[in-house]
Amino acid sequence: MDDRFQPSRRLFLQAGAAAGGGLMLGFGFEAQALSPATVDLNHFIRISLRGVTIISKNPEIGQGIKTMLPMLIAEELDVTWDQISIEQADGDDKKYGAQFAGGSMATPMNWLPMRQAGAAARHMLVAAAAAKWGVKPEDCTTKAGFVLNGGRKLAYGDVAADAAKLTAPDPATLKLKDPKAFTIIGKTHKGYDSPKIVKGQPIFGIDTVVPDMVHAVFVRPPVFGAKIVSADLDAAKAMTGVKDAFILKAADYGDDWLHGVKDGVAILASNTWYANRAREALNIQWDSASGAGHTTEVYAAKAAELLTAAPVKVTSSQGDVDAALAKAHKTVTADYGAPFLPHVNMEPQNCTVHVRADGVEIWAPTQLPGAGRDLVAKAVGVAPETVVVHMIRCGGGFGRRLENDYMVEAAVISKKAGVPVKLTWTREDDIQNDYFRPGAHMRLEGGLDADGRLTAFRQHAVTYTRDGKVAQGADVDARGLLAVTTAHNRMAESYIETPMTTGYLRAPSSNLLAFVSEAFVDELAHAAGKDAIAFRVDQIEAHLKEHPHTEAGNPWAYNPERMRDVLKIVAERSGWGKTTLPKGTAFGVASYFCHQGYFAEVAQVKVSDGFFHVQKVWVVGDIGSVVINPSHAANQVEGSVIDGIGEMYGEITFADGGVVQSNFHDFPMIRMPQAPQIDTHFHITGFSPTGVGEPALPPVVPAVASAIFAVTGMRVRNLPIRPGDLA
Amino acid sequence: MAYKLNINGKTREVDVDGDMPLLWVLRDELNLVGTKFGCGVAQCGACTIHLDGEPTRACITPVSSVEGAKITTIEGISASKIGAKVQAAWLEVDVMQCGYCQAGQIMAATALLLQTPKPTDAQIDEAMEGNICRCATYARIRQAIKQAAGMATADTREV
Repeated sequence: MDDRFQPSRRLFLQAGAAAGGGLMLGFGFEAQALSPATVDLNHFIRISLRGVTIISKNPEIGQGIKTMLPMLIAEELDVTWDQISIEQADGDDKKYGAQFAGGSMATPMNWLPMRQAGAAARHMLVAAAAAKWGVKPEDCTTKAGFVLNGGRKLAYGDVAADAAKLTAPDPATLKLKDPKAFTIIGKTHKGYDSPKIVKGQPIFGIDTVVPDMVHAVFVRPPVFGAKIVSADLDAAKAMTGVKDAFILKAADYGDDWLHGVKDGVAILASNTWYANRAREALNIQWDSASGAGHTTEVYAAKAAELLTAAPVKVTSSQGDVDAALAKAHKTVTADYGAPFLPHVNMEPQNCTVHVRADGVEIWAPTQLPGAGRDLVAKAVGVAPETVVVHMIRCGGGFGRRLENDYMVEAAVISKKAGVPVKLTWTREDDIQNDYFRPGAHMRLEGGLDADGRLTAFRQHAVTYTRDGKVAQGADVDARGLLAVTTAHNRMAESYIETPMTTGYLRAPSSNLLAFVSEAFVDELAHAAGKDAIAFRVDQIEAHLKEHPHTEAGNPWAYNPERMRDVLKIVAERSGWGKTTLPKGTAFGVASYFCHQGYFAEVAQVKVSDGFFHVQKVWVVGDIGSVVINPSHAANQVEGSVIDGIGEMYGEITFADGGVVQSNFHDFPMIRMPQAPQIDTHFHITGFSPTGVGEPALPPVVPAVASAIFAVTGMRVRNLPIRPGDLA
Repeated sequence: MAYKLNINGKTREVDVDGDMPLLWVLRDELNLVGTKFGCGVAQCGACTIHLDGEPTRACITPVSSVEGAKITTIEGISASKIGAKVQAAWLEVDVMQCGYCQAGQIMAATALLLQTPKPTDAQIDEAMEGNICRCATYARIRQAIKQAAGMATADTREV
């Protein structure tokens, strides 16, 4: 035992960097008596005579984490599912370690420490019971919330107070369960909050009500960067139900147009609808000069020009791609384009905040509570320690709620108004003030040898910068097969500067790159005269012959063997190459590696009346040695696949710095009739379990695009596809 | 103006502008927040309630037009035998991801089964097309509707 931990009985299990903006995994726990009847064995488990409470530390956005993390703890604690209740943690990274929903990171980051938290508590309960009985801990076992010794047993609740007085063990010394003995992990546990959801109970951020709360809306600029010149506040204040209206200026809050307060008008009313109705009375005058020229068609023309010139920056290079392309047996060149996309969580952005003299209390649907706390502290001028963030269930995340801009707005409005406020965005506010998935325009060139093997790959991407830096979510370097299995390759970029706010949409970068990369692989396979799965498998096997994979221990490195295997299995499950389909219908395939997961997908697509309908998608995924909560995992895969298909329908366009689309009438969403049947299969491997909120999404897009080619002979190189486009 | 509303079998009185959509009466005046705001323009179905048994978008229904009507919201749907079955099926099938749209989905599904006890896949598509699920739990919604209807749950659409 390391003595450093003795005085406070506090133990940090692990610390390290994580993807997604320098987030740290700091994980600590301590044994601490809360009251004679209730003890906190560590921050994640509370045991009393009444029962066991497990605290779930991460934001719930629909990925099922509130159910999944406690499963890991409960497994090693050795309790049954009906013995526990689950509590949502507040945002407190000092206490709980990193708390965020992003990057499909919760599984890889918590797989070990959450089980260790459970095992540590179990270890202490056993020690306490053994001491009570005067026996050795090794002679005790546990089962379903009891410590057992011979014929005797003690309930956890009966020894919890004694256990809390013990020193927490060194997690490295804890023996975790053999996976064969799992009774909770690997078995479906339905959504913990679902019984409340079907009854309409108030559990979402937007349902928050606090005493004396006032409803607020905020009227933002129609153009990014626009400044407010004037507004008729008195006219708005004269409207029914309106309590107050005032102007906010970005300049008063640091002019941070990415995450800070924008110029605009706050309206406070007794009812959200009254506040929204008063917008019309404001007659706001804006200085919108900042938006001039930031127009989708202008960007497209600029991109076309940039693609014909030398790239501005080579981001990675291997071998001599120019020479390799020049001597290739066959070359394929294609230009691809994909649009900006919004997140559109079903629950519009909202936040309830009370700024008091002694601190700030926030009730927020957020994917990144710590960053929100810091932004709010800065905007209202208080110490971050005085800001409390209650994480309330999010009606969808998709990356939108990593940004916390709505939290800052609500805080500033509450401070200025001197009352607790609930700020609610309209759908129009949401679509027009998103952190969009950046679009891109790309030129891809591939060189095949006489055997149809891809030897060279060159990519020139036109992507976006904001303030001279690659914009959030705008990294589009090809990865995986094109980058790893070619001896000669080069990725290069040119840039368009944009003031538009961009960000991370579920499977960021990958949701665009997979389309471009894998649809291009389908073109290469076609040019090589090979079957699309055989082309990929041959490419991987030829590569492996020369470069055996040596990085199996690095989950971030593309493992060609894992990709080959899911491709082979999806071929079998879908009947690839063996199924006779009716005219107008065809299969397409794609595979992609991201977020540590390997997915291969076959889409069966029917084309009629100039449009496409996806009838069925077969999915094979390798997310490691165990699927922790099978029903939730399959639900994530089904949702990802349908979400990915939906991303082929719509686009966000700009006109002089303003967003053209405003609601679901002009940004089409995928709906029930368009949702295909889905066959999901997890290929179990020996690798550590990884997350599944994102990696199933990217490959479906190119799989569908390739199927459309197989039916029509038309290459889908630009999204979206509109009705009539395939005629 | 004062309005007397019959909501989930109880009489509730509110004093609001007659143009106020029922959604905002429910949410901000009566704290019945199970009915959700999604778009405000009847495009997403999150605010679906029953007006005399008919599925209705509360976000475009002025409060002045619903006096005397029987209003049922998600908070009261379990009083209907079909509604309770739909709720149970939703749990059994483990439909939910984020769950935000599901109140509207359950209201739309209950209305469908009240009118069409054994719907075909085409009838399910037609009845549910107005309800967006951003998490895309559509396959499970379809399955749960069939389960609530006591039907085989296989998807029978053309493949």
